[in-house]
Amino acid sequence: MKGSMKIEINNGRLVDAENHLDQVQPLYLADGKIVAIGRAPEGWKAGKVIDAAGKIVCPGLIDLCARLREPGLEHKATLESEMLAAVAGGVTSLVCPPDTDPVLDEPGLVEMLKRRAAALNQAHVYPLGALTAGLRGGQLSEMVELTEAGCVGFTNGDKPIADTVVLYRAMQYAATYGYCVWLRPEDAHLARGGMAHDGEVASRLGLAGIPVSAETVAISTIVTLMRDTGARVHLARLSSRLGVDLVRAAKAEGLPLTCDVGVHHLLLTDRDIGYFDSHYRFTPPLRSPSDRDALSRGVIDGTIDAICSDHTPVDEDAKNVPFGEAEPGATGLELLLPLTLKWAEQAGVSIAAALQKITAGPAGLLGLDAGKIAVAARADLCIFDPAAFWALTPQTLRSQGKNSPWLRRELQARVTHTLVNGALVFKA
Amino acid sequence: MSYHPQLSADGKLKHLLSTEGLSRAMIESILETADQFVSVGNREVKKVPLLRGKSVFNLFFENSTRTRTTFEIAAKRLSADVINLNINASSTSKGESLLDTIDNLSAMNADMFIVRHAEAGAAHLIAQHVKPGIAVINAGDGRHAHPTQGLLDMYTMRHYKKSFHHLSVAIVGDVLHSRVARSDIHALTTLGCPDVRVIGPKTLIPTEVERMGVSVFHDMYRGLEGCDVVIMLRVQNERMNGALLPSAHEFFKSYGLTSEKLARAKPDAIVMHPGPMNRGVEIDSPIADGRQSVILPQVTFGIAVRMAVMATVKGA
Repeated sequence: MKGSMKIEINNGRLVDAENHLDQVQPLYLADGKIVAIGRAPEGWKAGKVIDAAGKIVCPGLIDLCARLREPGLEHKATLESEMLAAVAGGVTSLVCPPDTDPVLDEPGLVEMLKRRAAALNQAHVYPLGALTAGLRGGQLSEMVELTEAGCVGFTNGDKPIADTVVLYRAMQYAATYGYCVWLRPEDAHLARGGMAHDGEVASRLGLAGIPVSAETVAISTIVTLMRDTGARVHLARLSSRLGVDLVRAAKAEGLPLTCDVGVHHLLLTDRDIGYFDSHYRFTPPLRSPSDRDALSRGVIDGTIDAICSDHTPVDEDAKNVPFGEAEPGATGLELLLPLTLKWAEQAGVSIAAALQKITAGPAGLLGLDAGKIAVAARADLCIFDPAAFWALTPQTLRSQGKNSPWLRRELQARVTHTLVNGALVFKA
Repeated sequence: MSYHPQLSADGKLKHLLSTEGLSRAMIESILETADQFVSVGNREVKKVPLLRGKSVFNLFFENSTRTRTTFEIAAKRLSADVINLNINASSTSKGESLLDTIDNLSAMNADMFIVRHAEAGAAHLIAQHVKPGIAVINAGDGRHAHPTQGLLDMYTMRHYKKSFHHLSVAIVGDVLHSRVARSDIHALTTLGCPDVRVIGPKTLIPTEVERMGVSVFHDMYRGLEGCDVVIMLRVQNERMNGALLPSAHEFFKSYGLTSEKLARAKPDAIVMHPGPMNRGVEIDSPIADGRQSVILPQVTFGIAVRMAVMATVKGA
C-alpha cells in the first residue's frame, strides 16, 4: 500500500548522516515517496500536515533482527502485536530470522508470512530463510526458491552449524548465486551448556561459562571459509573485543564481510546479571566491560555496520525460572531508538552518526534503497521527540514480550509518528 | 541497587542464600549461636522449643539423603514440624513450574523452605517470590552456593584453630563444579583469613577465580606448603574419563590427598571433606581416618550450625 495522501511535515529537524542533512526544513511526501525537501513542489496542496516542532525527522529505522514469533510461537508473540511494536518503535523495515515453528525453510511459509505482514500495512518485512532444512545443520535449504519467495539471505539462526563440511558447502552454494549468508558466530561445542560469559561473574555465581573463544573460533572458521568459497557473509551479533578485532582484520583484507551488534550489548555487561536476573540472559551472552567498550569502538570506527534490537519476545513463564533454565533475549523493537541514543550519549557519538547505524547502515548491507531522506526516496520515516522521557512498563510496551532489563526504568526519546510508504502508520 | 537478597530492611538475616554478602559480625553471631546448640546434641533430651509449631519444608529438587537428613534433625531438635519432599520425582515431572510448587506449599502455611536445586540461583528466585515471613535456606544451588556447609566448615576451623587471622587454607580438587568451595571462599575472606588457596588441574579451576580473593596452584605439593587447613572436595564420578579428567587413577596421583602430600602442610593441619567421600579418588583412606581428619566432627557441627541458621532466620 502506498500513501495516496499528500503529507507535509513542518518544523522538524531532518537528520540523515548519509546525505549530510541536519537542519530544520519542511518535507513533502506524495505517492509513497519524498517529493521535495525545503520547498514545496509547484501546485502543492497538502492533504495532511504534521507539525514536528522540537522533533527529529529521520529515515525509518531498519532492524536487522526482530523475531515476530509467527508461525507457531504465538504464546510468545503474534505478528499483529510485534508489527505494531515495530512501528511504535519507529521501525519501518525489519529482518526476521527463520527460527519459527515450523522454521522458514519452505517457500510457502515465507510467502505466507510476507502476505500476512503486508496485509497489516505496517513495516516492511524481510525474512531470512533457513540455511539448512529445519535448522538442523545437515541438508541445505532450497535457497533459490526461498529467494524467489522473498528471502533476503540465509541463516541458521542461533543454532550454529557444528559440521564444518556443511558450513563450507552452504557457503559455496550461497556464493554460487551471490546470496548473503548470515551467521551468528558461535562454536557449537565451546558454547555447549553455557549460560553466561566465562569470566569472573559466571565463576562467582556458579553459572556455566561461554568462553570468548566460542566466538573467535567461529569467526576464524567463517573467515577462512570465506576465502575459499567467496561467499558474502553477515556476522550477526558480535559480543567480544577479540571478535571485533578479527572482523576488523577480515574487512581490512577486503573480504565481503559485514556485521552487527545487539543494542543491549553496547550498554550492558555480565556485571548486570546481579543476583541471577534472567532478564540479563542473552544470546550471545553479555560479556565484560572491556568487551562492551570494544563493541562500542567497533561501531564508531565502522567495523560494525549496524545496531539491531535482536528483538526476542519471551513470555513471563520462560523468564520466571532459574537463570540457567530461562530463555535468553529481550524485547527490543520499541527500545532500539532510545537505547541507541543512550549509547550515543555515553559514547560521545552524534545523534546523526548513531541514527546512521539503525538506518542507512543496515540498508546498505541489505542492498535496500531505503534508510535515507532524499527526493524520490521511499517515504519511510520516523519522527521522534529526542527530549521526551518515558517510563518503560509492561503497559507502555506494544510488544507481547514484556521481558526487558529496562522495565520500570526511564528512557529518553520517544517516537511520535511513523510513516511507511508515505502513509502514517503510527501516531503516539 | 539497594535490594539485598537475604537481609531485611533493618539488616537482619531473613534468608540464607549465600555466604557472600554476609557481614563478619553476622557470620560470627551464627557460629556463636551454634556453640550453644552443640551441647543440645549431647543431652538426654535433644530438643529445644525455639521453632515449636513451625513448619519446615525440605524441598529437594536434587537428591541428597545426607544433607536432607541433617536439616531434618536440626529442625526437629528445634521442635519444628518437618515435611520432606523429593520433588524431582513428583511435581516437576508433571510439568509444574518451580514457583507454582512454591505457591502451593506456601498455601499449606510453610514457615521455612530448605531448598536444594540443580540450577544456580534457584534459592534466590524462591526467596524473591515467597511471602514475607517465609524464610528460605539454600541447601545447595547448582555450582553456586551451599552456605550452611560453608558455615559449618567455618565452625569446624574455628573450633580447631580458634582464629582465622593467621590461617592458610587450601581447597583441593573440583573447584569448578563446587558450591562448597565458593561458600567456603566467601566466608573465609569475610572472616579475615589472609591466605586461601585453590588447588586443581586447569580443567577444574573456574575462570578468573583469583578475583574471589584466592591464589591458584596446580602443583598440590606446593599448594599445601605450610597450610593449616586442607579442604578436599568431592569429585563426581561423571567428571572422570572425559574431557575434564582422564581417569580417577591419574587424578588421585596428582590431587589425591596422601600422607606424602599432607606432610607439606603444617604438622597440626586439619583435613576436612564435605562428604560423601570417594576414598582412593580424592583422599587416601588412612588420611580420611587419620589423626588429622576432622571429617566426622564436621557432620556433628553441621547439625548445630543448621540449627543456628534456622533460629537466626526465624528471629528465634
